[in-house]
Amino acid sequence: MEYTLLLLILPLFSFLVLGLLGNYMKPKVAGFIGTLSLVGITIVSYFTAYNYFAAGRNADGVFPTLIPYNWEWLPFGKLSIDMGVMLDPISVMMLVVISTISLMVHIYSLGYMKGETGFQRYYAFISLFTMSMLGLVVATNIFQMYIFWELVGVSSYLLIGFYYTKPAAIAASKKAFIVTRFADLGFLIGILIYGFYVGTFSFTPDTARLISAGAMIPLALSLMFVGGAGKSAMFPLHIWLPDAMEGPTPVSALIHAATMVVAGVFLVARMFPLFIDFAPEVLPWIAYIGAFTALYAAAVACVQSDIKRVLAFSTISQIGFMMVALGVSTSIDPNNGGLGYMASMFHLFTHAMFKALLFLGAGSIIHAVHSNEMSAMGGLRRYMPVTHITFLIACLAIAGIWPLSGFFSKDEILAACFNFNPLMGWTMTAIAGMTAFYMFRLYYCIFWGKENKELHEAHTPKESPLSMTLPLIILAAITCVAGFIPFGKFVSSNGTAYHIHIDATTAAISLVVAVCSIALATLVYARSKQPIADTLATRFAGLHKAAYNRFYIDKVWIFITKQIIFRCISTPIAWFDKHIIDGFFNMCGKCTAYLSKKIKWLQDSHIQHYCIWFLAGTVLLTIILLIF
Amino acid sequence: MCNILILFVVIPLVMMLGLWASRSLCQVKVVMVSGASLLLALSIYIVFNYIGLRNAGNDAEMLYTSSIMWYEPLNICFSLGVDGISVVMILLSSIIVFTGVFASWRLKPMTKEYFLWYTLLTVGVYGFFISIDLFTMFMFYEVALIPMFLLIGVWGSGRKEYSAMKLTLMLMGGSALILIGILSIYYGAGASTMNITELSQIEIPTNIQHTFFPLLFLGFGILGALFPFHTWSPDGHASAPTAVSMLHAGVLMKLGGYGCFRIAMYLMPEGLAMWGEVFLILTTISVVYGAFSACVQTDLKYINAYSSVSHCGLVLFALLMMTRTSCTGAIMQMLSHGLMTALFFALIGMMYGRTHTRDIREMSGLMKIMPCLAVCYVIAGLANLGLPGFSGFAAEMTIFVGSFENTDTFHRVCTIIATCSIVITAVYILRTVGKFLYGEVNNPEFLQLTDASWDEKVAVFTLIVCVAGLGLAPLWASDLISTSVEPIISQFIK
Repeated sequence: MEYTLLLLILPLFSFLVLGLLGNYMKPKVAGFIGTLSLVGITIVSYFTAYNYFAAGRNADGVFPTLIPYNWEWLPFGKLSIDMGVMLDPISVMMLVVISTISLMVHIYSLGYMKGETGFQRYYAFISLFTMSMLGLVVATNIFQMYIFWELVGVSSYLLIGFYYTKPAAIAASKKAFIVTRFADLGFLIGILIYGFYVGTFSFTPDTARLISAGAMIPLALSLMFVGGAGKSAMFPLHIWLPDAMEGPTPVSALIHAATMVVAGVFLVARMFPLFIDFAPEVLPWIAYIGAFTALYAAAVACVQSDIKRVLAFSTISQIGFMMVALGVSTSIDPNNGGLGYMASMFHLFTHAMFKALLFLGAGSIIHAVHSNEMSAMGGLRRYMPVTHITFLIACLAIAGIWPLSGFFSKDEILAACFNFNPLMGWTMTAIAGMTAFYMFRLYYCIFWGKENKELHEAHTPKESPLSMTLPLIILAAITCVAGFIPFGKFVSSNGTAYHIHIDATTAAISLVVAVCSIALATLVYARSKQPIADTLATRFAGLHKAAYNRFYIDKVWIFITKQIIFRCISTPIAWFDKHIIDGFFNMCGKCTAYLSKKIKWLQDSHIQHYCIWFLAGTVLLTIILLIF
Repeated sequence: MCNILILFVVIPLVMMLGLWASRSLCQVKVVMVSGASLLLALSIYIVFNYIGLRNAGNDAEMLYTSSIMWYEPLNICFSLGVDGISVVMILLSSIIVFTGVFASWRLKPMTKEYFLWYTLLTVGVYGFFISIDLFTMFMFYEVALIPMFLLIGVWGSGRKEYSAMKLTLMLMGGSALILIGILSIYYGAGASTMNITELSQIEIPTNIQHTFFPLLFLGFGILGALFPFHTWSPDGHASAPTAVSMLHAGVLMKLGGYGCFRIAMYLMPEGLAMWGEVFLILTTISVVYGAFSACVQTDLKYINAYSSVSHCGLVLFALLMMTRTSCTGAIMQMLSHGLMTALFFALIGMMYGRTHTRDIREMSGLMKIMPCLAVCYVIAGLANLGLPGFSGFAAEMTIFVGSFENTDTFHRVCTIIATCSIVITAVYILRTVGKFLYGEVNNPEFLQLTDASWDEKVAVFTLIVCVAGLGLAPLWASDLISTSVEPIISQFIK
């Protein structure tokens, strides 16, 4: 498995080449180099996955954890940060997801980004991102994960801010970085606590040390979850993700839908054995936060008018599903309470595919109509048949219609939730229904509904070039078949093979709910006039406005940063520094100057005065001497 | 006397002679470049030779030691010697002197005189790092201070007279405290030697340590921009010419941390035990206070100066955490901050030379006009906010992991407060970058400006390579430093 190092070297190499020499090459050449290196990476990861799973299980029925590389990068006395490559079922699964999506995005961008200034820079940044993301999932220890975690954060910053002359993009990139950095502070402190009490940064520490650490382990794991919540846009740290849509659309597909935003889920999954054994009381909270996030985001997604925002909130909601699935796991055994882990990873996998497809489809639409707003669309099915069909497949998948992949993974999640407790099960089923509703609202508003004739006559939308439709077709094909992958055979909470069986009741409930929601959406949005929607929006104007404004959570954050940090902390500190501290030292200087001014008449450079003083002094001294 | 270290003082002196004899600008530059390159080559050689000697099993505390009596009645010797800490400091100084020469390539007027003072400054800096005699160190320290006054006062910008005066007076105040501290050590240890390694063997009476430790620590702390004595630094840096800002923030401020560690903490462990927590509070304030102050500044140099207060505060903070890892981190942070801040000041100087303003509200969209400088600025910013792959990350993580080893609750609380600085750093760096590099060009006059010239590229690229090199492969520096930290911290860790 030594060749796995290529997974990091190839993208690093293409990043350096494109970053340093990009300006000296033609855009086409740069795109070609980037895509070629990604083809290499994809081949290597598929080869790795094949070899890994084909090599079979250990005697105890578990896939082995392989560490082909591990170097000491920076020692700290007893602790040390290592760098290496670790392969286990979830990291291999992630390799496949990342390389597939990244390759699709690389190909897609050849068409989508054609003619943009900074084309070379774009490819350099997505190479950097791919390297960091691959490094994150193959990390051998939590600190290496943190390092690459920061690197994906910065790649995301650079790509969101790709159009660096646009004020909205600048603000969005800044916000994304700072909010996730804030969450990473929790992650870092969690790592420090973990490292100190457990004596290692590795994922498989000594059990005796873990037991003796006591209450510190739940604390450390909770803090790490804060970091994960920041990256994975859990409420209330989700605010950066909708704004991050300011980046180029393929970037949203790659980073903000399929790979980076699920890093938090991956982190929890990675620490899952520790959560189960040493912090079981934290897991339900993860489930509650995930469920609330899913509900909140689904509610907001129902009323947004920017198609990328709808998809962004849908992503947040779906990641909530994955978190819930992890949180409702109550044991390590998949047959007895541990189903959620497998369901979460399965959903991560299928969601990455269909959400990337949705985003790339949205990119194709935006490419055609030059706007993100639904009002510029409508009736596009006639102009863009390929985009239409693939988008429909993705919508059906996310709504959970058999036999598309989303059905299978969502069904497992709902089954896990019903196992945990019925309330959670019904809540998540309801949210799944909302998902189907807002996705079909989106679908109808884009492809059916009221067409913006004026705009379309002035500028007829047309189907995107092959470089863009090919990835859509491939991803749609994957979405159609991915559900039949016997996922439990590869990934499960304790590593043993788990046979996925569809629970008929849950499946029936979720299917009925999904079909009803789609029907409702059809009723409301499919026609060119939408009286029901308009009536509802005016009837519940307050609610509609609140949801449209994302329930004003952003306002709270703006208040915290602008008013509290800048106005109430930084400005007074700067004032204090300038007037009190500086003032004090200036005052010392002034006092000295004042004093010397006061006594300088003694030294007025007139010899006569000096003589008088000299004489007077002598006389005075003589008198004193004579007296005493 | 046959000691390679003496070359670090001799070469700059020879350079000064050469400068004095130079008749044209070209000759001045030849002297400076050849001298600075020679110094750089020599320090790289010293680093490798030092590592070689250590690997060969030489475990003396100081290597390349030699000593000649200078003034018998007070036992003042010219004693030289280096350990891992001074070696990396020498390397840092050489890199910055070298890049500083290129950063002041087009400086006018009185180029020759400028470089004369600049070289004298380097004499002081090198002298301080290579000597292990208290008095000699103090002397070199003073040598470094005086040229600063002239360099800022004559070649500076803005309120240069005020800043030069403020900086020099405050640092002179600090050096008065240092002198008192040094004398107390000398007499406390029985007035027999000024050599640091010998002094470390002698127990200085506890009451003397308790009384004089704060003076000595404060004296060096002022130079290390310890709150509330940091106020010389923003004004001083803002007014100083580019290369002087680089050298000052990059190296001179490190003299403070170095002195605190090598003299105050090493020789007065009892004093440290008594006063450590008081100073820890001040340094923790420095770290957070500097970062928050930087958030609302509008002058690029002020932003960077407050950022330096925060990062240099972290150096002293880590030293006061008193674990082996945190002290190693402190020295790494000195190295890393020296390189990063020099890079910043170099870039700011270059941009200021073009736009004639440092106010971020008056600039916008410089990325379009001078992409090379702007990209380098973004890289410097990312390095400064502790992005993995750059030196800042390795240093800060060593500090935080090391600080966490101190299990005392009070120290823990301070550690957690200090870690918050990583978020605030991100806030001010991204705010700055977003304001003046990104966006549309707002001033049509800027459209005629040019990108970096070759000499500027030499300076900037050298620093970026160093920052990235240290960040990607921190192992060698960490190894080099931690072995030398050992004898010092064994004094105060029971």
